[in-house]
Amino acid sequence: MVEIADLHKSFGSNIVLNGVSLNVSEAENMVVFGRSGTGKSVLLKCVIRLMEPDSGNIKIQDKDVLKLDIKELNELRKDIGFLFQGAALYDSMTVRENLEFPLIRNFELDRKEIDSRVHFVLEAVSLLEAIDKMPSELSGGMRKRIGLARSIITKPKLMLYDEPTTGLDPITAKEISVLIIDLQHQLKMTSIVVTHDLLCAKIIADRAIVLHDGKIVKEGSIDDLVSSEDPLLKNFFSDEIIETNGSLK
Amino acid sequence: MIGGLTKFSVRFLKEIFLPPYEIEQVRKHMIELGMKTLPIVGVTGFIIGLVIAMQLSPVLKRFGAEAFLPGSVGISIVRELGPVICALIFAGRVSSGIGAELGSMRVTEQIDAMEVSGVNPFRYLVVTRIFATTFILPILTVYVIFISLIGAYIAVVLVQNMTWAYYIDRVIFAVEFGDAIPGVSKTFVFGFIVGLVGSFKGYTAENGTEGVGKASTSAVVVSSLLILIFDMVLVKLSLWIWPVVK
Repeated sequence: MVEIADLHKSFGSNIVLNGVSLNVSEAENMVVFGRSGTGKSVLLKCVIRLMEPDSGNIKIQDKDVLKLDIKELNELRKDIGFLFQGAALYDSMTVRENLEFPLIRNFELDRKEIDSRVHFVLEAVSLLEAIDKMPSELSGGMRKRIGLARSIITKPKLMLYDEPTTGLDPITAKEISVLIIDLQHQLKMTSIVVTHDLLCAKIIADRAIVLHDGKIVKEGSIDDLVSSEDPLLKNFFSDEIIETNGSLK
Repeated sequence: MIGGLTKFSVRFLKEIFLPPYEIEQVRKHMIELGMKTLPIVGVTGFIIGLVIAMQLSPVLKRFGAEAFLPGSVGISIVRELGPVICALIFAGRVSSGIGAELGSMRVTEQIDAMEVSGVNPFRYLVVTRIFATTFILPILTVYVIFISLIGAYIAVVLVQNMTWAYYIDRVIFAVEFGDAIPGVSKTFVFGFIVGLVGSFKGYTAENGTEGVGKASTSAVVVSSLLILIFDMVLVKLSLWIWPVVK
């Protein structure tokens, strides 16, 4: 479904991605771990071409993403959902207008179908009562849910999640993670999830990778990563700070 | 910044011809921006008209030319004061608003969200706003000119015994086609500048809320400065096309 090969991205002298290669199979849930600033969000933004990588290859559904013109790219984007860290709801629109926005502009659907999809996604995230509210009237957890609803309303084949549980209390974070995996099973989507949240990853992940210094340093199941003896992974997943010659390995 | 602004204008010119044409959004922005600015430009126009007439009256009296007061006020308001004052206030009110709104959308990733959903945010957010400012400012300017002439009439009545009909007759006698057309038509350019600079500053904002503040402030400064520079050029151009000779 997604093939990333030898991806490089720098900002000036700061190398963020240094040869990342990754394959994600259809209907697989891939979790990307890493410390802040290791390029996890940059990786996601390169996949959907919100950022242009310096070099490398990205294929989604066998389409070479970096060679698509803007029209072809927008066509491909219709099959991809993206949940932003802050949900990125359109401030000036109600929840209903937020949800309808991609449908009205990208798909030739009649009013009945649009209403039915809006109700379906709002029921899926248990927020039907928020349909006529403005984003400013919603709590952080509600905004994330509506953001998720907006991402899946187009029935995407690939979902990209940028820190879906950041800034939420543990109970809401768990609820969102369960909601993600439920929707995943319901809609049979492939997903790439960037997160720091181990509980979220345990609920969602089929497979996980750890990014460090712009490279993938470990790949495997969550249990493999958590039980690893690698000091870097121990530091990441345990409560203790382990010295590795003054810096992380 | 000049390079960025030029590239932004070129992109605007390329995108306006491509569908989908967001006519509903343009209409919405025109009403919103027009209504938002209407009271402030009205009050300012009224006071400017009043003050100009009060200032000119004793000067013209000194030269025994009081009869020319309506004409002098009319020409100065129609040719220069109405369009420029209206454009500067519009820049202060609207350019900063667009800068802050788009800047906030940029730093909260709303523009990115629009882009990943397959919608062209430049066309939806920028092209529509530039269109709206370009076409609403001339309408506001005509309104400001009218309100300023009312203000000036009140000042005239205070020093001279003159009816409204005679006053308007004198203004129409003095103000020619060659005064009104360049005066109003240059506001299309001013409106374009206001929309362009506000959108450019907001659309390219970075560094969180600090960036939004900077986008908003510099949108006003740059658009006001560009309005004055372009006014200079357009006045020269209009005098060349419509020389003031009788």
